[in-house]
Amino acid sequence: MDGAISVKSPANEETHEQELIRRIQGGERDVFYELVRPYESRVYAAAFAMLRNPADAEDAAQEAILKAFANLRQFRSESRFSTWLIQIAINEARMRRRRDHAEIMQPLGEHQDEEGTYTPREFADWREIPSESLERAEVRELLLEALASLGDKYREIFVLRDVHHLSIEEVAETLGISRASVKTRLLRARLMLRDLLAPKMAGGWFSRESFQKGNKPW
Amino acid sequence: MVVTCEQVWQEISNYLENDVDPTLRAALDKHFHQCPRCASVLAGTRNIVQLYGDERLFQVPLGFSGRLQKRLAQEMPLQRGTVYGWVVAVAALGLLVGGISIARSAVPAQSVVQSPLAKSGKGIPAGLTVLVAEHSKVFHIAGCDYLRAKDGKVRSMTAEEAEHEGYVPCIRCLGKYLSKVAADFVKKHIKFAALA
Repeated sequence: MDGAISVKSPANEETHEQELIRRIQGGERDVFYELVRPYESRVYAAAFAMLRNPADAEDAAQEAILKAFANLRQFRSESRFSTWLIQIAINEARMRRRRDHAEIMQPLGEHQDEEGTYTPREFADWREIPSESLERAEVRELLLEALASLGDKYREIFVLRDVHHLSIEEVAETLGISRASVKTRLLRARLMLRDLLAPKMAGGWFSRESFQKGNKPW
Repeated sequence: MVVTCEQVWQEISNYLENDVDPTLRAALDKHFHQCPRCASVLAGTRNIVQLYGDERLFQVPLGFSGRLQKRLAQEMPLQRGTVYGWVVAVAALGLLVGGISIARSAVPAQSVVQSPLAKSGKGIPAGLTVLVAEHSKVFHIAGCDYLRAKDGKVRSMTAEEAEHEGYVPCIRCLGKYLSKVAADFVKKHIKFAALA
């Protein structure tokens, strides 16, 4: 098999990105979309996880991408372009949240002592996820609602680590905080989400399989 | 080594990240085996990581890419004064002048109106729902035999959005529209040349 054309390694992609960045900085603006295209859905996801409203998220994502273009000269090649781009998206969404005073309810964990022990409140037996559960709109809505209820400092870290799969070090670098703080807040974010969702998800109400077998919950 | 429930809760994230030393890991494993409450917390936390890590949760809306490209085009005008900018401008001027010369000498403007291309078809309706398969550049009408998707991954959108995103119509299922489209394309370009 001739792998010279189709195989894309991370190193090749990085070299290709660097080449694109060099061309854009040299004035070839029309190749900018080629640079951001692989990450456009991640930029949208970062904005949506913060803002929850699809229209606001799309606008914030577009704005973040335009800001990335305007500030491309500030990009340092020692970090990944995707990490830098998502950082801009998070900042843009954070700014909009503050500007629009979107938080009517007190966000979870915002004023809790970060150093203290977090005690799980719920012990509902949520052992298995139906593999198709995310295809159901009500499950997606529950997940987004729970995420939106977290305080910013927990949600941002959770989104970067568990949605975008950035490493602990990259999250720390992106947000300008210590590795230890990332780990502490990540733990709390995960446990708070589990507390919120376990009672609603446990018990198989969302399992399509139980319906197929005729075991209706009513 | 024995760990308490409180210690377990503090280490659950690290445990899931595989970021605990072997001795602690063994102690945690033993605890989870014996304590149903902590086992439940572990299972739920693992579910959280799995569910939110699934890309289906944050899918971009239909037409997102097209609208992004449109906005980039609007807000990123060609840079003035760069070498590339001048090269592009000079090349464009050369092509324009050359094109006009060729059009005047070789193509009679009337031929377009009489072209058989313009006689049939209605043009692809902008709002027509079409399907695109992943890794394909072509859009189709539902049911087209030539719509082949790896892993069954297919997105739906309007024909207008598909064109915005750079897809081209399938000549099999959308052929009835294409002759008019082709005619419009030729008419537009020759009209431009004739006016020049």
